[in-house]
Amino acid sequence: MNYYDDIDKYKDKLAIITSSGKKITYQKLIQKADEIGKFLENRDLVFAICQNSFESVAGYIGALRAKAVICLIHNTIDQDLLITLVNQYQPNFIFRPNSSKPLKIDGDVTFSDSAYSLVKTQFNKHHKIDSNLALLLTTSGSTGSQKFVRQSYENINSNAESIAQYLEISPKDRPIATMPMSYTFMLSIINSHFLCGASIIMTDSTLMEKKFWTQIKKYKATTFGGVPYIYEMLKKLRFERMDLPDLRVLTQAGGKLNKEIIAEFNQICRSKNMKFIVMYGQTEATARMSYLPWEFAEKKLGSMGIAIPGGQFWLEDLNNQKIEQNNVSGELVYKGKNVTLGYAQCIADLSKGDENKGILHTGDMAKRDDDGFFYITGRMKRFLKMYGKRVNLDEVEQLLKTKGYNCACAGTDDNLVIYFTGNVDKTKVLKYISTKIGINLAGFKMKFIDNIPRNDSGKVLYSELN
Amino acid sequence: MNNQEKYNQAFMENFSIEASKLNAELEYNTIPEWDSVGHMSLIASLEEAFEIMLETDDVIDFSSYNKGKEILKKYKIEM
Repeated sequence: MNYYDDIDKYKDKLAIITSSGKKITYQKLIQKADEIGKFLENRDLVFAICQNSFESVAGYIGALRAKAVICLIHNTIDQDLLITLVNQYQPNFIFRPNSSKPLKIDGDVTFSDSAYSLVKTQFNKHHKIDSNLALLLTTSGSTGSQKFVRQSYENINSNAESIAQYLEISPKDRPIATMPMSYTFMLSIINSHFLCGASIIMTDSTLMEKKFWTQIKKYKATTFGGVPYIYEMLKKLRFERMDLPDLRVLTQAGGKLNKEIIAEFNQICRSKNMKFIVMYGQTEATARMSYLPWEFAEKKLGSMGIAIPGGQFWLEDLNNQKIEQNNVSGELVYKGKNVTLGYAQCIADLSKGDENKGILHTGDMAKRDDDGFFYITGRMKRFLKMYGKRVNLDEVEQLLKTKGYNCACAGTDDNLVIYFTGNVDKTKVLKYISTKIGINLAGFKMKFIDNIPRNDSGKVLYSELN
Repeated sequence: MNNQEKYNQAFMENFSIEASKLNAELEYNTIPEWDSVGHMSLIASLEEAFEIMLETDDVIDFSSYNKGKEILKKYKIEM
């Protein structure tokens, strides 16, 4: 039994509090979910354009219950990219907010309420879809790539159970949304809290808006999750001075948070009687793989912690041999029921079964200390975390090259540096790339250089750029 | 540069927009550049340009081009 199949048992308990203060019980949530779900057939493919709203969540739950495969897409997605994706995957339905721009794709509205419409497309495609496939999510960042992570019913449910266990989630908990629900970290908060009959404050407001702080107080949020950048914002807003008596737990994932900031939040949270929990995960592992038990927050400062309940980590050297010694860096490998089925890059991939068999090579380098705690030491692949989203540097380079710019991309998290040769219109380039991949301009720097350093075989020497 | 110019420059540089866009309609979230990340960098630029430190309430109240001018008055920045 998966959690969403029997959450009607929480009946008149609150499931969602909307940004306008509407209170949605579990009964009402399931009613709406099934109202949408009844139009969906087993193995239909649904593209959902998500907002942090009641209807959006109901569509997600409705599709899971109807055993239709749902693909969650944030509503700020570039319209060209969305159309490309729709044409590529030919979903049977598009579930979209009435306020969003109508897509230039034919279809009939089969269900509609004041906020959302379910549009049946004219692709009329009977997809061959694997029976375990539940959900398609982008790998956080979107550099125009058509790659999705394939998550199964078991992935979603087992990860929600593990998270609920280690965070000791109770029906009294009440997290507030700080990220879009199409983002795996936020979705894991939704899943794990619904599993326990807790209530979620769904808002699209950001920390930089007064509305957000009004909601957090008024609706008595107890929990709060954020990517590294959110903690920098909290610091800027002088979180230590805020009076939020209901807040008890802060969680952090979506990239490595600077050690000094962790230390600062450890201290603030201790003085306010809150727990600050550092975690680690990837969309490829549904969401979560590790957490640092809060009791160890100070003793193991900078650690990503230990595997979640049911999971297991080890390290491998360059020859894929297990590293037995402690304090040696190697590739972090994870095993657990939450390791997803694999990727989809085209419609045919939806028929694929489990390619990972429960084992994920994370692409992150880590070491293990003598007490069994893990520490991230680097990355094997060329990508950056930009405000929590994964951005592949080679893909950014490609995007710029197809526009005719000769460049190389490097940098650090939240700071992508584009190295250019020749004469370019800086503003134009920045605007293009930031729109294309949906990352704020503030995250980019441009530097002009005479030549892009290359080795004899023409490979860019990224280490020489700085 | 006078205060008005400094103020405008912070918007134009952070959001990469033209002077013609600086008006009463320019509000938080009305352009993609002015999201929470853009807001942080705008505030940082203004704090640096005017050598001030904004209070939390002022940071989250700073919801439009015009509102910002009002807020800066509290810090004795007249335009």
